[in-house]
Amino acid sequence: MKPLTGLNRFFRNLPTHLAIVTMCVLWIIPTLGLFITSLRPREAVRTSGWWTVFRPQVQVGETEYRTYCASCHGVDGDAIAAADLSDPAVVSAYPRSNRLLTMLRRDLESGPHLVDPPLPAEPNAALEVLSPIVTYLQTLSGINPEAERFTLRNYADALVGYKGSQDYLTDCEQGVVSTLAKFDCDASDLLKPEGMGRAFVNTLIMAIPSTILPIVFAALAAYAFAWMDFKGRQWIFALLVGLQIVPLQMTLVPIARLYVQIGLAGTFLGIWLFHTGFGLPYAIYLMRNFIGGLPREIFESAYLDGANHWTAFCKLVLPLTLPAIASLGIFQFLWVWNDFLVAKVFLSTHPVLTVQVTNLIDPRGANWHILTGAAFLSFIIPMIVFFAFQRYFVRGLLAGSVKG
Amino acid sequence: MASVTYEHVTKEFGNVIAVNDLNLHIEDKEFLVFVGPSGCGKTTALRLLAGLEEVTKGIIKIGDRIVNDVPPKDRDIAMVFQSYALYPHMTVYDNLAFGLKLRKTPKEEIKRRVQEAAEILGIQDLLGRKPRQLSGGQRQRVAVGRAIVREPKVFLFDEPLSNLDAKLRIAMRAEISKLHHRLQTTFIYVTHDQMEAMTMATRIAVINKGMLQQLDTPQVLYDTPINMFVAGFIGAPAMNFFKGHVRKDGGKLFVDCGAFSVPLPAERVRAAQPYVDRPIILGIRPEDIFNPAFVPPGINAAKVACKVDVTELMGNEIFLYLVAGDNTIVARVDPRTDFRIGDQVQVSFNIDKMHLFDPDSELAVR
Repeated sequence: MKPLTGLNRFFRNLPTHLAIVTMCVLWIIPTLGLFITSLRPREAVRTSGWWTVFRPQVQVGETEYRTYCASCHGVDGDAIAAADLSDPAVVSAYPRSNRLLTMLRRDLESGPHLVDPPLPAEPNAALEVLSPIVTYLQTLSGINPEAERFTLRNYADALVGYKGSQDYLTDCEQGVVSTLAKFDCDASDLLKPEGMGRAFVNTLIMAIPSTILPIVFAALAAYAFAWMDFKGRQWIFALLVGLQIVPLQMTLVPIARLYVQIGLAGTFLGIWLFHTGFGLPYAIYLMRNFIGGLPREIFESAYLDGANHWTAFCKLVLPLTLPAIASLGIFQFLWVWNDFLVAKVFLSTHPVLTVQVTNLIDPRGANWHILTGAAFLSFIIPMIVFFAFQRYFVRGLLAGSVKG
Repeated sequence: MASVTYEHVTKEFGNVIAVNDLNLHIEDKEFLVFVGPSGCGKTTALRLLAGLEEVTKGIIKIGDRIVNDVPPKDRDIAMVFQSYALYPHMTVYDNLAFGLKLRKTPKEEIKRRVQEAAEILGIQDLLGRKPRQLSGGQRQRVAVGRAIVREPKVFLFDEPLSNLDAKLRIAMRAEISKLHHRLQTTFIYVTHDQMEAMTMATRIAVINKGMLQQLDTPQVLYDTPINMFVAGFIGAPAMNFFKGHVRKDGGKLFVDCGAFSVPLPAERVRAAQPYVDRPIILGIRPEDIFNPAFVPPGINAAKVACKVDVTELMGNEIFLYLVAGDNTIVARVDPRTDFRIGDQVQVSFNIDKMHLFDPDSELAVR
């Protein structure tokens, strides 16, 4: 029995492991695809899938060059000093394949130029072979730069909100007029209103108070619901918990009207209040359960020690509920960060990341490369938050079901 | 330093009466123990004094001051809780200093008092630790220390030892007694363990169903319990009770319990006279029943025949569970006794130590 326990455990846990691995793969593959795509140049994104980057890259004409030329000129083309194919001056004499064919048909040192293997005798067939060789020679000699496999230009385009036909950095180098009309080609472009850079700042301004405010209010309210005796405590609490079922969409129109009347439409304060209001019921519910679960004697002891409600809250409740506050904060932050609807309705003048991504969509679907970059920019912070606080994340998931 | 007075104190939770018309005066520097079965209202009585519950009716005084409407923090009392109630996120030092800091005591003074309390309790080395790094006994000390540093007029203990193992409980019992002697302050202590009450108290208040049954020194409670509840609650193993009636036979009075009858000593005759031919309850403590072979001299013994049901050897004594008719008798006899299970034997009741109770009122017949 003993030596088998390890193996037994392995098989017993196998279904769990398989499920976890499957879920990880299901999550990672699209994310990886998105990430790789965001790093590929525009042409590559348009012509091939992201998975092709895992194949060894073959330059155009490389195979033909190796078959016909490499035996004498060498793999790098510089084996014969008199005819150095890596020298741009030599190669530039043959911009087209028919010129090259003419040269190759001439005898060299009283013998045919190409012997092993000989070029096809039929001219068109020979030209078809030579055409990629010319391209390859141009790459080899450095006349044409080697095509980039990965680039960060998509991210630059996304950050500034570039919508032209090349890319932002090239346009700036070449001084394209239509680009210069919109951009200054310096760091100030990062905050241009159509770019993800500005949206990033807007999102931070929107999300941080929208996270802190409900937690502060919820903690105070939860303490009162848990440890202070006042009339109708249970009823008010039940009402608050019940408010969780009010769908957010139902209130969009009335609140939008109200905001217009009192001048909060399109302001950060307006959206902070909205997120605070909708975050509070759940936050109070969760915090009350957590604070109510602290031992009563600790508070009684503190009251005997001379604490009033405020000191009990600051010195006992806050430090002891830090895990709950952390997980609540993470959830609220992620929800607010990823929210599209509320931001679209109440904060269209200061587009946040989710809204800005939709602004970048080209109606003809021509800028996938920018969208992937923009998408990645918009979830960098949630990823950091998740990985930095995953301990609390799991606790927060359990907080609703299992009494802590 | 202060006395504590309960005057007609009643506490109701909805329809439940937790404390019923409690009248009690606790002297300054006294060690008073509230004892009773769980749910009897003893903890509620303590919490009323602490201000953690509000009095429904009556008055509570600390010294001469009526404290009914004084908030807990201003009553100048300190309480040690059953669960210790240490602040889990603070070090031992901060736990001790918490109350003093809130009262804006100067830093030097806090340090001095914490050091002093730590020395009294022998926890100087633990001051930097968090409560979760302490054993049960150490946490208990910290909880007591937190009360000491406050230098209150009255110490309240709410079953402070019930979470400790048996050995530690006995050690801490002695330490709390020593502490009382050293601090010379009023201690009020709640427990369900009559042994703790007997060993520590200067006076014991026995409470049952919210009512004070008897308030007296441990010895008086043990010797002359006022009713069957007190008689059964104080002392372990508990007192034996036998239903019987008083019979007059040849000018002498006997308590006839069916399977056996016991003569009444001369000084009890007058009290038992009204019960002649009427039911009465005979009570006798296990330690007042002897093996006839080892009866100490000067004991007024009455022999009772019975059958041995179970014997339990404790080393220094033997517990016998005997059967006589419908009655089960527990006896605590000399360890040299060699009764076997199933033996028909005789045991001697020390009739001078017998107790008589009225079966209806359950009050002692004296």
